[in-house]
Amino acid sequence: MTTTPEGVSLGMPQLPAPDYPDDVRARLERDAAEVVARYPDSRSALLPLLHLVQSEEGHVTRTGMRFCAEVLGLTTAEVTAVATFYTMYRRRPSGDYQVGVCTNTLCAVMGGDAIFEALQEHLSVGNGETTDDGKVTLEHIECNAACDFAPVVMVNWEFFDNQTVDSAKRLVDDLRAGVQVEPTRGAPLCTFKETARILAGFPDERPGAVEATGGAGPASLVGLRLAKGEAGTARVVHPRDGGPHDEPQDTVHEPSPGEHLSSHDAPQETSASDPAHPSGPTAEEGE
Amino acid sequence: MTLAPEIKGTSPEKLLAPVLSAFWDEDRSWTLDVYRRHDGYEGLRKALAMTPDDLIAYVKESGLRGRGGAGFPTGMKWQFIPQGDGKPHYLVVNADESEPGTCKDIPLLFANPHSLIEGIVIACYAIRSSHAFIYLRGEVVPVLRRLHEAVREAYEAGYLGENILGSGLDLDLTVHAGAGAYICGEETALLDSLEGRRGQPRLRPPFPAVEGLYACPTVVNNVESIASVPAILHRGKEWFRSMGSEKSPGFTLYSLSGHVASPGQYEAPLGITLRQLLEMSGGMRPGHRLKFWTPGGSSTPMFTDEHLDVPLDYEGVGAAGSMLGTKALQCFDETTCVVRAVTRWTEFYAHESCGKCTPCREGTYWLVQLLRDIEAGKGVMSDLDKLNDIADNINGKSFCALGDGAASPIFSSLKYFREEYEDHITGRGCPFDPARSTAWADKDKHAEVNA
Repeated sequence: MTTTPEGVSLGMPQLPAPDYPDDVRARLERDAAEVVARYPDSRSALLPLLHLVQSEEGHVTRTGMRFCAEVLGLTTAEVTAVATFYTMYRRRPSGDYQVGVCTNTLCAVMGGDAIFEALQEHLSVGNGETTDDGKVTLEHIECNAACDFAPVVMVNWEFFDNQTVDSAKRLVDDLRAGVQVEPTRGAPLCTFKETARILAGFPDERPGAVEATGGAGPASLVGLRLAKGEAGTARVVHPRDGGPHDEPQDTVHEPSPGEHLSSHDAPQETSASDPAHPSGPTAEEGE
Repeated sequence: MTLAPEIKGTSPEKLLAPVLSAFWDEDRSWTLDVYRRHDGYEGLRKALAMTPDDLIAYVKESGLRGRGGAGFPTGMKWQFIPQGDGKPHYLVVNADESEPGTCKDIPLLFANPHSLIEGIVIACYAIRSSHAFIYLRGEVVPVLRRLHEAVREAYEAGYLGENILGSGLDLDLTVHAGAGAYICGEETALLDSLEGRRGQPRLRPPFPAVEGLYACPTVVNNVESIASVPAILHRGKEWFRSMGSEKSPGFTLYSLSGHVASPGQYEAPLGITLRQLLEMSGGMRPGHRLKFWTPGGSSTPMFTDEHLDVPLDYEGVGAAGSMLGTKALQCFDETTCVVRAVTRWTEFYAHESCGKCTPCREGTYWLVQLLRDIEAGKGVMSDLDKLNDIADNINGKSFCALGDGAASPIFSSLKYFREEYEDHITGRGCPFDPARSTAWADKDKHAEVNA
């Protein structure tokens, strides 16, 4: 073959991402210097810096990755390789509240599958999708180390324990209505961007955030109460019985291959490598 | 049935041994003040009065073994750090608790973070380290807040920083939040991640004790292992050895979850049985019976009701064909489809496989395809041997333990529940109703009885 078929474009390499506006960059550089100073080797700062740039724009943009690369003396390819490995870095614009329903085996069996299915229907979104108002991004998550509080829902990585279909629906309704929502374990919700800043290693400065919801959750104390001879009542009235009541569940969960819960295992497009993607160069930063 | 059955034999007061969890029910249990009221940082004073080598020997003699799954003696890990080599040494605490079913370190750090910080100072004095890291999984922001606060308090009180308690020990502690990757719980993947790379396991040797973080000697310990050290120092190795068995001494956190009447944390001497834990806590949820359970997370081969009396220590669980793992006792009753459970775990392993080695990357993917077909009633009988064969090609042939973990539920479920797989194939579908397994399935029945 000596000719290129008509209509096929060989394309140009993607242009470098635009930089942050000067004031944003100056502010992020000050934060980044603080992060880098925590480590003997600057590259160790990469994960926290990706959380930091995520706190700026709500997801990890090409501009954010370029910033990390420049601060740490890496190539953008090296940064992209890391950013795409970890599930907490979002690669497209998402909602203020990330609602994650645990559908690993134990939570799934205890009702996580039913909750996830009901929320998809209630919000009219699929896994990883955001409601039209930009408030809620729904996804299913893996085991979040709270199996004794199953089924568990996380919102911006705060614990909402012992959920039911109804309580989860109320939760997302409240989030969309702008009602202040409090987790069972954790602080009153802040936005996803503010959460990402805490993950970058900047302590939550809100008064009362550390103290919020008190000490250990009820399930964490059942053994201790038994050991102290206090647990008589705990055995009669189980914590779950005090929770919200649900209508009996009649629907049988039969995931079809197309909407299977782990369809996220399929290779995902990443914004940086796919200009056609919604979070590509035209839809991002600084507009 | 709402009343607890009679506790036969011994009472929970005698069977349980709250140490790390002893004051979780106190107001502001996570603060330095409360921790100090419960002898906090007293173990550190005793440790600093010893030479580092004597301290390592003491922890070794206590018999403390790793609580993260593998059960390697903690003191021996510390002893492997070469001394006088002129390189910096590091302590990295593995707080990437992500093994399905495992939920002990997160409540521990939420309610009592100073036990970990005190343990870190002691360990760093022993291995001559002046910089330690806590690698906390990112998805637990409430715990991250309390760790930030506890570290701040510890610096302010002089337990971290320069010349700690006048001992000459300088120590910095960095709290590092991960970003969502189960594989980073594998210690060498964790080190790569902490160095700002994709979390993929490293070839060993060299082991982390020789070339770990930044190619320097590094100890990687689980949260609970390190948090157990202050109590051992304060109350003595003999006290510690008075609990558990000769080879598995001490106390530990057991996490009961699933279809049980009282899910939660139970701190007890090693060697307690699931039957004892269930008897003292009200058993399975009313009207149901135990079908299968994991002794230490999804990566440990599952058990059935035949194994209720297996002593839950390293040797006991090993002899019964599984592993103590993280003591994550996930209990499922007869309403649960074992094929559904194993399929979901396998999807987890496929999702979390880092892609570095072929058996795990490809094998977990193939397992998922076969299991989804079987669960959907589209399987054939030869698929069952194929599952076993693929699992056999992952197990022991993968780069790290994730692959072995992925094979465990396959092998063990086929061993105990092959008939149930066959029913899915011959019956062209799943015979179970998932609605019956939910936490609220029996709620109406409960309400009547409680009224």
